Amino acid sequence: MEFLYENLLCLTWQQVVMWLVGGLLIYLAIKHDMEPTLLLPMGFGAILVNLPFSGAIGEYVDGVLVEANGPLSTLFNAGISNELFPLLLFIGIGAMIDFSPVLSNPKLMIFGAAAQFGIFFTLCVASIFFDIKEAASIGIIGAADGPTAIVVANKLLGFDSPITGAIMVAAYSYMALVPIIQPPVIRLLTTKSERRIKMAYSEKPVSRTTKILFPIIITIVAGLVAPASVALVGFLMFGNLIRECGVLNSLSETAQKVLANLITIFLGITIACQMEADKFLRPQTLLILGLGLFAFIFDTAGGVLFAKLINLFLPKGKKINPMIGAAGISAFPMSGRVVHKMGLKEDSSNFLLMHSIGVNVSGQIASVIAGGMILAFFA
Amino acid sequence: MSFDMSFVPENFVHSLEYMGKGMLGIFIVILVIVGITGALNKFTGKKK
Repeated sequence: MEFLYENLLCLTWQQVVMWLVGGLLIYLAIKHDMEPTLLLPMGFGAILVNLPFSGAIGEYVDGVLVEANGPLSTLFNAGISNELFPLLLFIGIGAMIDFSPVLSNPKLMIFGAAAQFGIFFTLCVASIFFDIKEAASIGIIGAADGPTAIVVANKLLGFDSPITGAIMVAAYSYMALVPIIQPPVIRLLTTKSERRIKMAYSEKPVSRTTKILFPIIITIVAGLVAPASVALVGFLMFGNLIRECGVLNSLSETAQKVLANLITIFLGITIACQMEADKFLRPQTLLILGLGLFAFIFDTAGGVLFAKLINLFLPKGKKINPMIGAAGISAFPMSGRVVHKMGLKEDSSNFLLMHSIGVNVSGQIASVIAGGMILAFFA
Repeated sequence: MSFDMSFVPENFVHSLEYMGKGMLGIFIVILVIVGITGALNKFTGKKK
């Protein structure tokens, strides 16, 4: 009857801690509806890979992994180590995004640029503790974009780096925590009167030609500046082109729903391969998680402070509500909605949604360009 | 897998160069995109 309990004797306290971490992610996903598409698969995957000699990872003989041929390892090799899954997901994300709010008011894109400040500031701070490529990979958590974080970390460090797992988990987890992280930072940096600034919205029509040419031109521009970003930008814009061309409606719907959902399932549960206790429970992981939070905070601060700077040059009556700067973080559409809700809370007649979503969408573009910059510097 | 952490505060100053170049690069690219988008809106928009 030894076979019933011999594996139990091999269970370590670190693995039990990871069960609790997985359980926490599942709890946040279900009870608080925090990005359940990401956190639930990650949480469950964390439990799967932290069972002794887990068959989800591979075959073990005498306690030693002899072949990483389990389903999670296979999926990891098939889609994460070569960055395929995040890039395929970007097709779905591109198909979901309507760039009209930013196309009708392109000036909003500068707030998307400003809100990438946290990436580079975190790179500088992280360089105190890590080498420059590791620091850059940690800084990219501030892109608030899982696929970008995975692609950049993989290219700079390789998927078997001990910190890649923490980076992936941080990127996805903090995206889910945007509604908690951003509001206190925004309130700290703005006055009540600034938060009550109303911004009129007048819809300017955007031609179909513009919507079709936009993704093509963005790909060319970003690709010429940072060739390493062509995959990221290109797949995002390809998804958007499928949406906007008007002749591929079934493909667009498939990309938005079936493809995005399938890849999200695989991505979420496979990222958990990096959450094995011996890889994840290290002091460096806590530092990386802390730096990831730092990146998000300074992204928010960068966007808000830039908006306040712009306001210094704008006449009264034409001021920008500085909160929309915070929406330049790439967590789409959550960040846009957070800013809109904060605006409504200050003044129930202040509808910032179209502005904040426009900035949020531009943040998606800017974060991918930031990823391209990082790759251009360090890859 | 072993992994070493260091503490080299001077690296913060050395990496400010990347922050400057990175943010400048993003702003330049975004401004180019803003310009192109403005031009697209102008030349492809419906004439009144």
